Amino acid sequence: MLDSELILIEGVTMERIYLDHAATSPMHPRVIEKMLHVMNATFGNPSSIHSFGREARHYIDQARAALANSIGAKESEIIFTSGGTEADNMALFGVAESFQHKGKHIITTEIEHHAVLYACKKLEKMGFEVTYLPVDESGRISISELQAALRDDTILVSVMYGNNEVGTTQPIAEIGKLLNDHQAIFHTDAVQAYGLEDIDINEELIDLLSVSAHKINGPKGMGFLFVKSTVKIPPRLYGGDQERKRRAGTENVASIAGFHEAVLIAAEDRKSKQDKFSGLKETMLQKLHELKVEFDINGSLEYSLPHVLNLSFPGTSVEAMLVNLDLAGVAVSSGSACTAGSIEPSHVLVAMFGKQSERLTNSIRFSFGFTTTPEEVIKTAEEIAKVVARLKK
Amino acid sequence: MIYFDNSATTKPYNEVLDSFVTVSSKYFGNPSSLHSMGGQAEKLLSQAREQVAKLLSVRPSEIYFTSGGTESNNIAIKGAALLNRSRGRHLITSSVEHASVMAAMEQLEQVGFEITYLPVDEYGRVSVDDVKNAIRPDTTVISIMQVNNEVGTIQPIKEIGDLLKKYPSILFHVDTVQGIGKVPMNLYENRVDLCSLSAHKFHGLKGTGALFIREGARLAPLFSGGNQERQMRSGTENVAGAVSMAKALRMTMDNSKAGINNMREIQTLLRGELSSFEGVQIHTPINGSAPHIFNFSLNGLKAEVFIHALEQDGIFVSTTSACSSKKKTSSKTLLAMGVPETIADSAFRISLSFANTKEEALMVIAAMKKAANQLRKVMN
Repeated sequence: MLDSELILIEGVTMERIYLDHAATSPMHPRVIEKMLHVMNATFGNPSSIHSFGREARHYIDQARAALANSIGAKESEIIFTSGGTEADNMALFGVAESFQHKGKHIITTEIEHHAVLYACKKLEKMGFEVTYLPVDESGRISISELQAALRDDTILVSVMYGNNEVGTTQPIAEIGKLLNDHQAIFHTDAVQAYGLEDIDINEELIDLLSVSAHKINGPKGMGFLFVKSTVKIPPRLYGGDQERKRRAGTENVASIAGFHEAVLIAAEDRKSKQDKFSGLKETMLQKLHELKVEFDINGSLEYSLPHVLNLSFPGTSVEAMLVNLDLAGVAVSSGSACTAGSIEPSHVLVAMFGKQSERLTNSIRFSFGFTTTPEEVIKTAEEIAKVVARLKK
Repeated sequence: MIYFDNSATTKPYNEVLDSFVTVSSKYFGNPSSLHSMGGQAEKLLSQAREQVAKLLSVRPSEIYFTSGGTESNNIAIKGAALLNRSRGRHLITSSVEHASVMAAMEQLEQVGFEITYLPVDEYGRVSVDDVKNAIRPDTTVISIMQVNNEVGTIQPIKEIGDLLKKYPSILFHVDTVQGIGKVPMNLYENRVDLCSLSAHKFHGLKGTGALFIREGARLAPLFSGGNQERQMRSGTENVAGAVSMAKALRMTMDNSKAGINNMREIQTLLRGELSSFEGVQIHTPINGSAPHIFNFSLNGLKAEVFIHALEQDGIFVSTTSACSSKKKTSSKTLLAMGVPETIADSAFRISLSFANTKEEALMVIAAMKKAANQLRKVMN
């Protein structure tokens, strides 16, 4: 199987619990099966005019139709990318470049994923002006503040659909409505929300929307950007004419087919998953109460992605919690995985509670997925109770 | 079925697929996660990086994983040009590069860079003297492909590298997407600063690639975000993709010597047999070309019709680069070589893998003869 050099992995013996599905999720067995089939049987280059190429093209066409359908878009409005980061970057830099003649003002929030936030920082260096909207203690922006921030020269509003660290969802439809009679393009990073929330770009008046496959049990290195047909943005990668000249590079056919499968699976049991995850949240909270663990919820239970739960445990420290839980076989995280291994205070929690808040140093994110069972959640709560008791001694 | 279109894409090795499935199902963690699942993924990623580095005889810290050849070329060229723009805005490339280099150059041209597109001779080769004469005090980047994807001509990378030893501040980018494993090249000895790879051209998976960035060379990243790949390439790492790419590269390098000999023999056979065809014109030079690419025209035959005729016999070849085959335009490479448009429009590319055989080549020759005769009959 793997090269001998690559089987240096130790300690995979314990029954482990993975509650970090917001960082990345395991591929669904059906996705792996589909990809394997495509990689084996349909390896052609979709741009080739022979039957190998045409068969590969067929998979892409089918996937594009399904993805478009999943958010109410047209097929021509879906651009496959190498993931959420590329989709976000393409959206922000693309709109900035295309619409700079109409103004150089951009509005986003303080709690975006770094793929949006750092793109905005870069745009500031390029001469754009960016307003970062604050959020309340539940992690939501206020529509009136957005309205107040809007200017005649605002060309882009980028607000994430659901936050990756605390799970709070934003008033997307209201933002869409507000921007309907404004020139500003509306982009939403739906990386964490897609698959679980019912997204409709027509009802919510969304112009651009980013999605990543590996967050919904699809492959890493795959995502898409929805770009409304009336919005023209330039490519980020130049080369061949793939993706209607909007994203050069040989199409990642197998991953696109895998993504398609993941989207079908997500659509099949969206309702049951929403219920299941909400139930798991309940179970976790109830069990922690029972075990008399002191905790606070970061975020909102009302406006929240069903699979993300962020809790603060007063009197503990996040490093100690993570290490101890990891030793007990429970994989959770302090927030976004994309801060690349460093335990920096979460910019999301800073935005919600201020720089001085204790919550910055004692909060843990739990995120559920299709493999998660109530038993695992109960076991996790029990392990937390043990660790918290030990740390508080 | 005979697949002779390996420059468009290759069939992934079974072992590559196994690696992909194993990593995807057992080690699916996010390498940036702090827990042990993240740690394992991170470890696999660094092992893949070490393996790729070792196979290229460079340092692991010089290998950056990307989504493929196009992204690697875009990061290399735009990243180098933009970061060094205060030193100068002049870039040099050839007129036979892959579309992902050409279009990146054209984009830079639109924002105020000046590009020199070097001509090629009748064999599709740039001249080192031309490179030398094109260099100016404000030249910051030179990008030359190692092997042309349409005709297989090998560029004088070593000689250009030698020349550039006198110009330490110029970044030298080499697109080795078609050359890797088929035409040996030492990156350090050839003074290469940046080098692009694409896994699906050597039996790895689509959507995976790498960029070699020599220690000390600095580029502006193309994506902003989580700062993965030592800030050069944000985005959750495609761990299974990277591991599979390392696997594909190792298998390719292991089989390289025998594979090259085999493809060379097949090409010689094809060349010999084809030279007796009516109205044939062979574009791939005998000397200084890669073993796997063989490009020729059959006068008066429309390439597309011919390709579909061969397809009836289960044979797959192509007209030109797959990335531009949908455009109904003549091959830029052939035109740059001075091939007249009418002949360029009847050009075919056969591209081999290590596993192709002489028996297949003979069957292809027979099928081509049959198809050519039939088509000529219809036309007359």
